[in-house]
Amino acid sequence: MLKDIILALSYAAIPLLIAIIVLHASAKKVPVYEVFTQGAKQGFVVGVKIIPYLVAMLVAVGMFRASGAIELMAEWFAPVLAAIGMPADLIPLAVVRSLSGSGSLGILGEIATANGGNAYVTKLAAVMTGSSETTFYVLALYFGSVGVTKFRHALAAGIIADIIGIFVALFIGNLVFG
Amino acid sequence: MINYIWLFFIVASVVVAFFTGRLKEVGDAAISYAGVAVQISIALMGVMALWLGIMRIAQKSGMVKLIAKAISPVIKRIFPDIPPDGEAATDITMNVSANALGLNNAATPFGLKAMQSLQKLNPNKDKSVASDSMCTFLAINTAGIQFIPASVMAVLAAAGSDNPAEIIAPCIVTTSIVLVLAIIIVKILERLFPEPAKLEKRKAGKNA
Repeated sequence: MLKDIILALSYAAIPLLIAIIVLHASAKKVPVYEVFTQGAKQGFVVGVKIIPYLVAMLVAVGMFRASGAIELMAEWFAPVLAAIGMPADLIPLAVVRSLSGSGSLGILGEIATANGGNAYVTKLAAVMTGSSETTFYVLALYFGSVGVTKFRHALAAGIIADIIGIFVALFIGNLVFG
Repeated sequence: MINYIWLFFIVASVVVAFFTGRLKEVGDAAISYAGVAVQISIALMGVMALWLGIMRIAQKSGMVKLIAKAISPVIKRIFPDIPPDGEAATDITMNVSANALGLNNAATPFGLKAMQSLQKLNPNKDKSVASDSMCTFLAINTAGIQFIPASVMAVLAAAGSDNPAEIIAPCIVTTSIVLVLAIIIVKILERLFPEPAKLEKRKAGKNA
């Protein structure tokens, strides 16, 4: 029930949002078409501005994934993560979820295929993936777009939140499905 | 800081690849991701133009002010340094709502716009230094609030899950907890490592 409402809401959100904004503006006598194109012009400026930052970050993370370094990191962290009760299958996911969205979905796919869609490990992995955000990508993109190079505590906050997120996902997943 | 992280990714990749014998794959990845980055930027230009156009209309019509006013009590608490009924407040709200609904195509343009608005309000003399508000905004963003993890559900369904939707509630609970913790963490860190502009203010206050 809740799921249906939320799903319907997310499908309707974009068309409704656009329609409401445009209708409200025309009621206020705003020349909607002209104003739209003025604003839209800015889109290209931003798009070009972020290219160097995207190239820098995606290339670095792409190289890192291709080298096999993530599997290596997963091996190093394995004893620590096993000690808190994380299944070994989930360790690569814990490392990748802050780095790459498509990467974490790929790992989730592997876990789901190997263990089946109804397995406990698969459900834990799904909660871990569904609650993750690619911290490095977001930081590089958003800060890069406005020329900020000194991130201050934003990076530490993001990484700490990611690590806590792994534990919370495990805890909640265990509580619901365990 | 970012210099070291970037350096680490590159050097670690090459060193590890040397031992795992994946130097060719790492080289291929570098070249292909450079292309992917430009493809993403170009795809983003279109949606960016769409949302910036729509938001400009909303601004002219006064709707931005209405939205900002409605959420100003929350913004005041979390972002004490920005005007609670200003443009930045609205951009942040739009980004967070789009993220929550899983509308990635809208969330990123709103997020980039929010960063521009926050940069205008950046109190630091050196504009390459992040403001407290920017750090808080990004902490909220990296917490990954999302009501419907659609792509995850798709993977589960493909793997023969009986009920892919059962992960929705745990994901909402998890991201909500992480969101609250992320805000607490970022607030603690901003006290420990104060913004240059605030340090200067404090100094000026002591001397006066």
